[in-house]
Amino acid sequence: MKTDYLVKADTYPARILDKLTMGMPLSEYARKLVTPFNVVAVIILSLGLPLIGLRFWKGLAVVTHASNEYPWSILLGWGLFSGVPLSATGYVMATAVYIFGFKKYHPLVRLGVLTGFMGYLFAVIYLLIDIGRPWRIYYPMAVSFGPTSVLFLVAWHVATYLTVQLLEFSPAILEWLNARRTRRWAILITVAMTIAGVILSTLHQSALGALFLMAPGKLHPLWYSAFIPVFFFISSIYAGFCMVIAVSTVASRYLRDKADGQFLTSLDGLTVGLGKAACVVMFVYFALRVIGVAHDDNWALLGTSYGYWFLVEVLLFVLVPCIVLTAGVKRNDARIVRAGAFHAIAGVILTRLNVSILMFNWNLPGHFQAIVPPVREVFIVASIIMLHILIFRWILNRMPVMREDPDYPEEHP
Amino acid sequence: MGKPENDAGSGRSRLEKEEGRGTVSRRDFLRVAALAGGTVFLGTAADAEALHDLSGWPDRMGMLTDLTECVGCRTCESACNAANRLPAPEIPFDEKSVFDQKRRPTASAYTVVNRYEGPKSSGNPVYRKVQCNHCEEPSCAAACPVKAYTKTPEGPVLYDKDLCFGCRYCMVACPFYAPAYDYDSALEPRVVKCTMCHGKVKAGGIPACAGACPVGAVTFGKRKDLMKVARDRIRKYPERYVDQIYGEFEAGGTGWIYLSGVPFGELDFPTKLPGKPIVENTKGFLSAVPLVLTLWPALLGVCYAANRNKEEKE
Repeated sequence: MKTDYLVKADTYPARILDKLTMGMPLSEYARKLVTPFNVVAVIILSLGLPLIGLRFWKGLAVVTHASNEYPWSILLGWGLFSGVPLSATGYVMATAVYIFGFKKYHPLVRLGVLTGFMGYLFAVIYLLIDIGRPWRIYYPMAVSFGPTSVLFLVAWHVATYLTVQLLEFSPAILEWLNARRTRRWAILITVAMTIAGVILSTLHQSALGALFLMAPGKLHPLWYSAFIPVFFFISSIYAGFCMVIAVSTVASRYLRDKADGQFLTSLDGLTVGLGKAACVVMFVYFALRVIGVAHDDNWALLGTSYGYWFLVEVLLFVLVPCIVLTAGVKRNDARIVRAGAFHAIAGVILTRLNVSILMFNWNLPGHFQAIVPPVREVFIVASIIMLHILIFRWILNRMPVMREDPDYPEEHP
Repeated sequence: MGKPENDAGSGRSRLEKEEGRGTVSRRDFLRVAALAGGTVFLGTAADAEALHDLSGWPDRMGMLTDLTECVGCRTCESACNAANRLPAPEIPFDEKSVFDQKRRPTASAYTVVNRYEGPKSSGNPVYRKVQCNHCEEPSCAAACPVKAYTKTPEGPVLYDKDLCFGCRYCMVACPFYAPAYDYDSALEPRVVKCTMCHGKVKAGGIPACAGACPVGAVTFGKRKDLMKVARDRIRKYPERYVDQIYGEFEAGGTGWIYLSGVPFGELDFPTKLPGKPIVENTKGFLSAVPLVLTLWPALLGVCYAANRNKEEKE
């Protein structure tokens, strides 16, 4: 069989097929695809994807809870407002390694950049489903400029940053395709792209918060703060670190054979290191949230039911995971750090949902009925998450992300 | 001013300037320096003053709704529907049962009238007409990433469906919940809102609702004149009105202003809005953008230079 495959791989299409099937003959590849996880994936996709079709056939009204009072539903609350901070992985890892010189984290850079790129790509996919005329999505870039709008900035930055991240990840793609010469060019621009990535991320992570500065009176005062851009930016930093911990945990468990020895042996140590970075940032973030309450003198609101919810967010989903991370770092225990990281990620999602959906229009009558998403929208979101995971796994299976290609030894820009 | 004259004039003044350079310019320099210094220290105060000076288009039109006059006949709704060729309503315009619930403008109704229980003493209900308020500095326009909104010199705030890609940030930003969206349209959804009958206004006419109102509860005119009318009514009939013109300051002022006999908060008017244009809240953030764009590359470049040859210790 081995010789068969070598003979077949001689032609160009066969070589491509070989890349796609990871060197397995087609029949073996097809057999390996039948797994319990893939069966679940197919079920979810077959429920969700037709509903996306329904949105383009009957309109948003049929699939989301969005309304005239609540223009943004969980498609954006989850896909954009939660998805983008969780995709801060690319810029935090590239900055740590290439700019600040923490070179021992190099094995995690590509995973971070890929997580970031995929996150932004899917944020755009959620957006394309949500906005009214998706084929006009380039209008802010080319047709009509609204520079007074924070969303104008977000549009430009997300578009640019998606490109930057594709370029940052391109060495892995080019190694997979054996495009040696092009890869050298791609490596050369690493530092420039990293710096561009930090600038763009600083601005649009904070801009996602600044969007809500236009909604005083609609967003509950405990969440509406002049500091909201800073809250969003700082929390994206620890969200990035924690997501690298989470993704590397899951990937090293389920795709262990796609990671090399260096990745697997260094992972626990690096996880603790990332945990240390995350918990420092989280303490800063916690302090900022407290200062936010003090700055607007909102102490009295803490005694209301909304105040209790605010305390749940800031104590149970910021301070507690921060303490868990700190304990894990102090004991040098990667397992505790991982638990803290997952908890912190849940907290970031909660914060973003609070601002974009749960506490938006908090004072309208019937608010809590209005924000419950319909089943159809949940299925759409679930199917996009599934698609996200499948494509992510497809790339990890093929490209040198958690391993170094022996043909391309580590280079530092 | 003809060209030759101009040339001669500028020649003379250049001569004068040259003569006076030694003495005058030092005084000028000192004056400029003092002004510059003052601006540095008083910068914020001067800025604030300048912002209040943004008085908008001078002859912009507006509307005044006097809620004490409104009898809830919904003639304005019907006239608006006809003037804008909107689909026929599910519940006819003469059907009073619509008042059983509070409505808002939708994709098929630019304006709606809601009924509220009036003051206990009178026993009469109060009606409130709702539509786009045509703000002096509209949040929707400031929020739009493709500049699909315009505050016209005539006063109406207009929306351009040919630019809109349907992000709906205008609806998030509008403090009055005025814009509605065509959620039922799969491929050509638009934002829908009152246009203050811009076409008619530009041609010298008056908006359909103002023209149709049988009791004169809706008045059309220059905003500055309407402000005077509103103030006069409050002064003449202090027992009839609460001492407030809603829209005078709210969110930087609205083109559509209101008089009421009961506190505006009881009629679901948003009462906790800032007294300045809402876009001011984002200006601090937006002005930090160029700073980040210029300072970050320099700072990060220095970090890179400092660390590029660092040996890992651990």
